[in-house]
Amino acid sequence: MTTYLRPRDLEEAVAARAAHPDWMVLAGGTDLMVNANHKPTPVGILDLWRLGEIGFIRVEDDTMAIGGGTTWHEVERHPAVRDKLLPLALAAREIGALQIQARGTLGGNVGTSSPVGDSLPVLLALDATIEVASVRGRRMVPYSTWCTGYRTTQLAADELIVAAHVPVPAAGMRTTWRKVGTRRAQSISKVMGAAAILLDGETVVSARVALGAVADRPLRITAVEDAVRGLSLPRAAEAARAAVRASIQPIDDIRSTSVYRREVAENLVARFFTPAGGVS
Amino acid sequence: MKVTLTVNGTAHAVEVSPWKRLLDVLREDLRLTGTKEGCGEGECGACTVMLDGEAVNSCLVAVGQCDARAVTTVEGLAHGDVLHAVQKALVACGGAQCGICTPGIAVCAAHVVDRGLVIGRDDASARAQVRELLAGNICRCTGYQLIVDAVIAAAREVGKR
Repeated sequence: MTTYLRPRDLEEAVAARAAHPDWMVLAGGTDLMVNANHKPTPVGILDLWRLGEIGFIRVEDDTMAIGGGTTWHEVERHPAVRDKLLPLALAAREIGALQIQARGTLGGNVGTSSPVGDSLPVLLALDATIEVASVRGRRMVPYSTWCTGYRTTQLAADELIVAAHVPVPAAGMRTTWRKVGTRRAQSISKVMGAAAILLDGETVVSARVALGAVADRPLRITAVEDAVRGLSLPRAAEAARAAVRASIQPIDDIRSTSVYRREVAENLVARFFTPAGGVS
Repeated sequence: MKVTLTVNGTAHAVEVSPWKRLLDVLREDLRLTGTKEGCGEGECGACTVMLDGEAVNSCLVAVGQCDARAVTTVEGLAHGDVLHAVQKALVACGGAQCGICTPGIAVCAAHVVDRGLVIGRDDASARAQVRELLAGNICRCTGYQLIVDAVIAAAREVGKR
């Protein structure tokens, strides 16, 4: 028999997590419930769906805090997200379709940590921090160190994801996101990427660039970031292309080939540095 | 686990595993077989129902999560013999063929039309909106044109009220 618990608050949730590390932590179910009728029955379900303390979007001084239980529909529709964190709103709009966006959550994307999690390159490019909670207390983990391997993260067995804290990009910073797949809705990405580029006129002062679906985890492409610093945009685009080529070894799989992924990743990152910015 | 959920306005109590899919509870325990299973992976939208007013894939919802919540299925769209505006429009426009995707299309379309989400000013932008809003509902027969026609017609009809 599967035990089921819908905690009243985060305190009860972390206590249950500590007591039952073998239970499934479930929110919208858009990953965990796929083919659920053919999967082993979990020992217990800790249901975080609509838990108030992790469902919020808050505008703080120079960051935005987005609760782990916030759905992609809520992210995409939020005026402050659209205004201040455009790449996250763009990614949210292409995660699945209406039905998936109504249930899928930010915490699910971060916790499942699939290499094709559409929001994850955005969190890297915007230098987010993940807040987690347990009975031991709370801690903040830079998202740049969150992913430790294929679908593995720094989240401890007794911890739950509370929120992502995303610094609001400075005025004049170009932020962008683009996904390439067989279609916009529903398809699992072949390659996707995000960038935050600080420009002085047409010159790149600094940049953070991240790609998804090209490795076992979402990747910051630091070689690109080093290569483009101080270059004018057209030159930066070519430098970025070469740096991508030298940095990634994507795989062949059912959805695409290594050769295709590499070429698309080069084009995608190069376009982030063109005058138009490469937003799809 | 005893799960109490309201389906199409009627309260039901079922004794089931909380892990059982809402889709299976609707079809097997409540005998509401209007909701269809297509892929079982959240890709095709055939099993779309409304859960607390949101369009969701019922194959991806564990029924334990539905305790004390409200579900609307395709059986709940009509009032007696009076079809919902999207059902009337699907009939009038020929927006259904083999029928497997139709319940999910009808529920998703009813959701977006009743919420007033189709707000395109002209035909082209309204059609683009409908295509995005219904992108999670896959149809193998119609080529989608007649479905889009029907949703646009229903949105206009509901907008007049």
